[in-house]
Amino acid sequence: MELRKDYFADVRKDGLNEIGQPRPRLDSPGHVTGKTAYFADRNFPGMLHLKMVRSPHHHARIRSIDTSEAEKHPGVVRVLTARDVPHNVYTILILIQIGPEDETVLADGKVRWKGEAVVAVLAETERAALEAAAKVRVDYEVLPAVFDMEEALKPGAPVVNEYHGQNYYLYDSGECRKVRFGDVEAGFAQADHILEQTYQSSPIEHAPTETTGCVVAPEGNDRFTCYTNTQAMFFTLDNASIILQMPGSKLHFVGGTVGGGFGGKVDVIVEPIAILAAKLTGRPVSFIYSREEEMQISSPRAAEKVVIKDGVMKDGRIVARKVIGYTDAGAYSRHSPYGAQKGAAHYPGPYTIPNVWIDTYCVYTNRTPSSAMRGFGVTIGDFALEVQMDKLARLIGMDPFEFRFINAYRDGDMKAHRQPTEGAALIECMQETSRAANWPVAEKYMAMSSYRKGA
Amino acid sequence: MAIRRGRGVAAINYPTGMNLGGDPTQALVHSTPTGNFMVTLSSVDLGQGMKQIMAQICAETIGVPTDRVVIDTADTDTGPHCMGTFASRGTHRAGNAVIQAAKEARQVMLEVAAEELEVNASDLETDGQGNILVKGAPQRSISIFDVALSAHFKRGRSISGRGMFLIPRSYPEKETGAMKPSTCYAHACTVAEVEVDDETGEVTVLNVKNVFEIGRALNPKMVEQQLVGGSWMGISHALYETTEPYYPNRDHGGTDFNQYLMPGPGDLAETEIIVLERPSADGPFGAKGPGEMCANPQIPAVANAVFDAVGVRIDTLPITPERILRALKAQAAG
Repeated sequence: MELRKDYFADVRKDGLNEIGQPRPRLDSPGHVTGKTAYFADRNFPGMLHLKMVRSPHHHARIRSIDTSEAEKHPGVVRVLTARDVPHNVYTILILIQIGPEDETVLADGKVRWKGEAVVAVLAETERAALEAAAKVRVDYEVLPAVFDMEEALKPGAPVVNEYHGQNYYLYDSGECRKVRFGDVEAGFAQADHILEQTYQSSPIEHAPTETTGCVVAPEGNDRFTCYTNTQAMFFTLDNASIILQMPGSKLHFVGGTVGGGFGGKVDVIVEPIAILAAKLTGRPVSFIYSREEEMQISSPRAAEKVVIKDGVMKDGRIVARKVIGYTDAGAYSRHSPYGAQKGAAHYPGPYTIPNVWIDTYCVYTNRTPSSAMRGFGVTIGDFALEVQMDKLARLIGMDPFEFRFINAYRDGDMKAHRQPTEGAALIECMQETSRAANWPVAEKYMAMSSYRKGA
Repeated sequence: MAIRRGRGVAAINYPTGMNLGGDPTQALVHSTPTGNFMVTLSSVDLGQGMKQIMAQICAETIGVPTDRVVIDTADTDTGPHCMGTFASRGTHRAGNAVIQAAKEARQVMLEVAAEELEVNASDLETDGQGNILVKGAPQRSISIFDVALSAHFKRGRSISGRGMFLIPRSYPEKETGAMKPSTCYAHACTVAEVEVDDETGEVTVLNVKNVFEIGRALNPKMVEQQLVGGSWMGISHALYETTEPYYPNRDHGGTDFNQYLMPGPGDLAETEIIVLERPSADGPFGAKGPGEMCANPQIPAVANAVFDAVGVRIDTLPITPERILRALKAQAAG
């Protein structure tokens, strides 16, 4: 890695004692020698293992659940169903007033995605829990499912999630989050060329080294300590408090060192049910995702579909940009309404475009609920925007690098979500990349600055 | 049939932190009787090295070496509130909270030192090595060790501070979408060079040149670690990864690392990382969040390079050999 200190040297104070120093990480010796303790290194006498019975169907009504054979299985201590969960229907973002509550801790009457948790089995050993889980009999009436976002948005599509009533998240702005800036139709009318393209992604797994999980121990005084690898301690504590209808003072969360998260550990899935299990059995409980659960059950990055229509002038200026973004939330909201909204503010990209029109939809389908992942709401948008930029440059016969210089935002430029640009540095990043990659651009672009127009 | 070479460019920005939920973070700092400093947080270290960065931020602010700082994080009985580690907010939000708490603790420390040295606190400075000196008269000094002993056992002072980072929640305007979702932006530009085998559809990323602008590199080695890893993740997203290869068909998908494809050591591209620093106005020592944006520019850069190599656009991720071969076939037929 090379630090290029010549850029922005006039606005930076160097020569600090600790900041800017490549100090060795204080926890790395523990990591590389295998001595660092993670939550799953906690082992308590009498600890029970929790395994989930999961839906084999994408969408089905539950006619009945028979746990009698599972309960008789040697080593089984308790079997939990929706009836045991005090506040079974929840949503994570209710803490910041984003509702409605739309997801069940344990399925109640219906399953909406293949892999949804239906029954929790607690046993003395992992093996006994798995064997007993296989003995739970659930009678399903399979319902039509919808997997395609466009199909889901059509009238008459199967309703994925009745708590929403329709297959999209209803924002205060309506069926999508809108950004409106300038007059996009006037922009298209003046454009020399118009290019509309569609981009698509599919779900991606975080693939952390350490799978999601927690170990809960009763403290003996009506308090429960939850050792967890959540990325958000109080988010999880507060949601657990709501789901369990327990005062937060009864809950003690301990985390601190996590074996990779990338956004995959901000959902509140394992902790509430494990705490409930510890409360109902009076024993420590371990609930740890298998690698298969991590890959197929834990939230992936949402699949997204992005439709971009640009109006561009022969001289390289983009004069109008219309973006419709679709985020595949899967069956439940989790953090997806937030991600789709984040995308709305991001979609013009780091470019100054006078006329912008954006709609972002959070769509429900019968698949694993998606949620946060590194670059949440932005990563797929960047893919779409930057491939589109390449196509636009070639459309008007311009070097793709130079085309970006013409449109790059600089300090003071107004962005589509009506925030003036501050601290821009795109120009300088491109200048340095041009040099490093030996991809020369015209001298006038190398003379540009993010500080202000014309400088 | 041939191996064809191409290159592509992409440029991006990335919002540091999110402010559509009014996400706050708090920090507490206190000294032990021997002048070590404890930082108490409820932020989570995901392996990215947050504890180390918070230790350096606290050490710089108080004026002690980093190894005099201990980070106690993620225990809800002892730690103050943090919204969590996500949205590139760890360094920025928690870092700001630590600075505020450390400044308050430093002020108490200097007041105690001033009483011991019989000068005004404003006349004192730290040497970064664990001592407090009188400005202009460095022979008059006291160690922070002795200041802490004095505070605890003689003067009844708690060398401690409270820190908080909170900006008012932004509510998007319904009709225009006007909003302030984040406070500063990091930037990046990548050029990727690839080889595409037009017989098998396989893509090899030969090299990536990544330039990142991240405000400040608080610990350059750790920045490098995150930026190299992120660049790898971007390439992996572009060419390999998905839990649903035939999305929206749900029938396929990996259940372990044999089936969920990611590049191995033999597939690593030659990676060049260059870092620029334009300090953000509200970042701790100017830092923005490099954690997320570093995995983004490689994806379109690789996609554009594939087009440059073989003349087909793959607008669906991941860019698999199958998709490339189908596109080449369609191109030949058309």
